[in-house]
Amino acid sequence: MNLSDLQWIGLCLALILLFSVWGKNNPRRALRSIPAFVQLRRTIELSVEDGSRLQISLGRGGVLGPESAAAFAGLTLLRQVAEIAADSDQPPIATTGDGAIMLLAQDTLRSSYQRLGISDQYHLRLAQATGLTPFSYAAGALPFILDRRVSASALAGSFGEEAGLLTAATQLSGGFSLGGSENLSGQSILFASADQPLIGEEIFATGAYMDAGPIHQASLRAQDVLRWSVILLLIITSLLPLFEGLP
Amino acid sequence: MNLRLRTPFSAAVAIAIGLIVLVSLLFPDFTDLRNRILNWAILLAAVALLLGFANLFQVHFQKMRHGEKPVYSLILLAGMLVTFIITFWEGSQGFTASWIFNSIQLPIETSLMAVLAISLTIAAARLFQQRKDLMSIVFLVTLFVLLLSSGPLFGIELPLFTRTIGPYVNNFLSVGALRGLLIGVSIGTLATGLRILLGADRPYGG
Repeated sequence: MNLSDLQWIGLCLALILLFSVWGKNNPRRALRSIPAFVQLRRTIELSVEDGSRLQISLGRGGVLGPESAAAFAGLTLLRQVAEIAADSDQPPIATTGDGAIMLLAQDTLRSSYQRLGISDQYHLRLAQATGLTPFSYAAGALPFILDRRVSASALAGSFGEEAGLLTAATQLSGGFSLGGSENLSGQSILFASADQPLIGEEIFATGAYMDAGPIHQASLRAQDVLRWSVILLLIITSLLPLFEGLP
Repeated sequence: MNLRLRTPFSAAVAIAIGLIVLVSLLFPDFTDLRNRILNWAILLAAVALLLGFANLFQVHFQKMRHGEKPVYSLILLAGMLVTFIITFWEGSQGFTASWIFNSIQLPIETSLMAVLAISLTIAAARLFQQRKDLMSIVFLVTLFVLLLSSGPLFGIELPLFTRTIGPYVNNFLSVGALRGLLIGVSIGTLATGLRILLGADRPYGG
């Protein structure tokens, strides 16, 4: 690791802390609207009212690589959805293609049920590993999506080409699909096939938009500042050669 | 152990481990400790894989018992057990284990890939009906241009597409877009890691 990597980490950390302090003084600062989250919130409310089920796909990313960040964003979504809909007739169900993420999903749901005081309603089948290779995972998750009681499928995690099978099944069952992945081929497939795709870093905004806490909003603002800083740096460095010959 | 005691303890362990790994990147003296922790993580991930296997087995066993499409679950359980026993016995490179992979697993996954190609074509065709916005138009136009530039279509080559527009889209526009997406994803990954390191985001259910 060189100093510039460290500087980026330090800058990001400082911005998160700065925005979390600033956020306490300005709690009502609005985030820009992302249609996917607006529609997801509406779907969650509707599913609680009409007793339908929400299916959260956490993808096939493990905990050891960079793909884990997308799976953690999916777990944040799972926690927030569970806090709203866990005591409904059809509680949300999570599917994954990785053993470690399955354990974390079970733990996340268990703690949400404990917080809501409905631990007796929790069972391990609410978070399942449906297959341990990309396409076997998708094939195993399809029966949950094609279940007529499922009104929405949220794909938040690491997905590749197999995401297309999951969104196609959601479309077939008449449900709403939202999809985000850190994987580029997964993103392009979700853009074409999901009702509401999350593009690029939008998947990491899940916590901020689903009210997971002020630190998520602070983190999102820090990401925005860093991203714009990188964009400006790229523009400046590409324009610099034009001015080299000037006195 | 109740939740009140468990949550701070698991958060403390996660933060401490994260800090050790981060500090070890600065100070080479901690490299051995980092490698040991990473080896534990790899071992635990392998155990989690086995637990995933056990979970899949349990779910389909229960389905079979309750009569929820029992034939499918029975085939899956039989396949799982046979594959597990054979692979455990002769190793993943053994003759039968390789045959199972090459003659059953691979063709099935390839078939699913073929299904995916059809469903994606339908999805792309439906895209403009679902979302009438600028990005959908850009997506469909790019798709059309790349299709025309991918090679001679029905024996007809269109030099404007195959030699000029296609390579320009592939080598400049898409590379720029990919880098832009990757920058966003890497900043998001960094922020997620820092939230976990701060103990503010606890994917372990705290």
